[in-house]
Amino acid sequence: MAPATSHPYLRIDHVDKTFSRGGKLTEVLSDVTVSIEKGEYVSIIGHSGCGKSTLLNIVAGLTPVPTGAVLLENREVSDPGPDRAVVFQNHSLLPWLTVYENVRLAVDKVFSATKSRKERHAWTMHNLELVQMGHAKDKRPAEISGGMKQRVGIARALAMEPKVLLLDEPFGALDALTRAHLQDSVMAIHQKLGNTVLMITHDVDEAVLLSDRIVMMTNGPAARIGEVLEVPIARPRKRLDLVADQTYIKCRQRVIEFLYARHKAPALQAAE
Amino acid sequence: MNMTVLKSETARAMPAPAVSADVVKLKAPKTSFIKTKLVPRVSEISANVLPPLVTIALIMVVWQMLCSKPGSTLPPPTVIWDQAKDLIMEPFFVAGPQDIGLGWRVLTSLQRVAIGYGLAGLIGIALGTIIGQSVWAMRGLDPIFQVLRTISPLAWLPISLAAFRDSQPSAIFVIFITSVWPIIINTAVGIRNIPQDYRNVALVLRLNHYEFFTKIMIPSAAPYIFTGLRIGIGLSWLAIVAAEMLTGGVGIGFFIWDAWNSSRLPDIIVALAYIGGIGFLLDRLVALVAHFVTRGTASN
Repeated sequence: MAPATSHPYLRIDHVDKTFSRGGKLTEVLSDVTVSIEKGEYVSIIGHSGCGKSTLLNIVAGLTPVPTGAVLLENREVSDPGPDRAVVFQNHSLLPWLTVYENVRLAVDKVFSATKSRKERHAWTMHNLELVQMGHAKDKRPAEISGGMKQRVGIARALAMEPKVLLLDEPFGALDALTRAHLQDSVMAIHQKLGNTVLMITHDVDEAVLLSDRIVMMTNGPAARIGEVLEVPIARPRKRLDLVADQTYIKCRQRVIEFLYARHKAPALQAAE
Repeated sequence: MNMTVLKSETARAMPAPAVSADVVKLKAPKTSFIKTKLVPRVSEISANVLPPLVTIALIMVVWQMLCSKPGSTLPPPTVIWDQAKDLIMEPFFVAGPQDIGLGWRVLTSLQRVAIGYGLAGLIGIALGTIIGQSVWAMRGLDPIFQVLRTISPLAWLPISLAAFRDSQPSAIFVIFITSVWPIIINTAVGIRNIPQDYRNVALVLRLNHYEFFTKIMIPSAAPYIFTGLRIGIGLSWLAIVAAEMLTGGVGIGFFIWDAWNSSRLPDIIVALAYIGGIGFLLDRLVALVAHFVTRGTASN
């Protein structure tokens, strides 16, 4: 981990967000401040509807920053760009392109000036191999499984060599076994490349397993950061070893307590 | 194939005759190319081809019976065959400046359709793209289009004759104006329906306008565009026949009008068959192009 400096790598600085719908203003995010160091893996967890996806879209530049700012390497960012590559929840691969072409599109766009054709091809294949999808490079997204699509989505994001990798519930649409497999892959890639990652999730185990820090958000409207939890488990982490690990269990407990005791989902509250 | 298997089984099951101890060697069932590949293929094709053939034959029989009665107003198939055999058998004969085969007339009509429909395709996709992109263009133009598209092709003809003062460009204009609306409207819908996900991908990749147009917009809207193109080709084929009946000259539409004026009913019926066949082929052609361009994602 990079030494903490006065200027963090990525800083979400006092961000507020209000949506107006039918003349009614709804505050979605209230005074959200998060600092992320280079190489850190940070998860944002909260019940659905708490505005965590909005927060990720603001960092990605897909939603304009209303008040406050997003600073990357101490420079304000307000437009989307490949330095903050997003892995979308529903993979968002272009169905008319093959797996290879989907990644190549990103590679061609980002490295058009700095890499030759041959290098771009090699870089595309390198990233596909990184997510173990080199074998399916000529298939179209409709011909591969959901987990494989998400791998390609990750390859496309990694191929942009982003400063920050933004994962928007990347495993949400997958079955439990595929999800575990993909989580291991993401952990291995993070270990290898040392990316800075901001991940949105609603899965407690996933957050504890993957993250260095977990940012827990209160319920909307006007969601804010309720608590930030450090996960002091050494890497590389092994899923099996962690099952009985005391730190893991404690961290898990803290998040569950936050989500289900102190900040119950509105629907659950109503049910009681 | 089943027959041979059955035979060999019955042969084996029969009690061997006690007298002769000759071993009768059974022929191994041939698994030749013809049996494994050709027979299923042929039966598959015939399953698709036979029912329409039977239907056509039945219609012909009923038609023959209905129209053979004395005093019937329309000719039966046998009369058509007798009187219009040359038209059916030789589509491409040339016997004089006005006495040419139906194939030539269809080609003349198709040429007009090609120009009018081609223009409609280009302008329709361009306008549809603008309307799909811009909310204000949509609000401003869509009501006008919705009204204009309901106007019959023939209603445009006097206006276009007045404007162009010649039958050829008028006929082409009628085709254009008939087929352009579904292309515009479907393209606009396709552009508006580009999923936000793809737009987000384009934003993250910082695609410029040109790249967005060629890499995201056109492929994503292609199934819709081809739906419009397919409706358009059908409409333009409908329009050309009607337009040619009024403007004259060479063409399948004028041929029908001419045959009517000289009471050649069998010729008209042959021409109808041609028009139907060509219309069907045009539709299939656009569907085929759509299938290749959209790589099978366009609904068929």
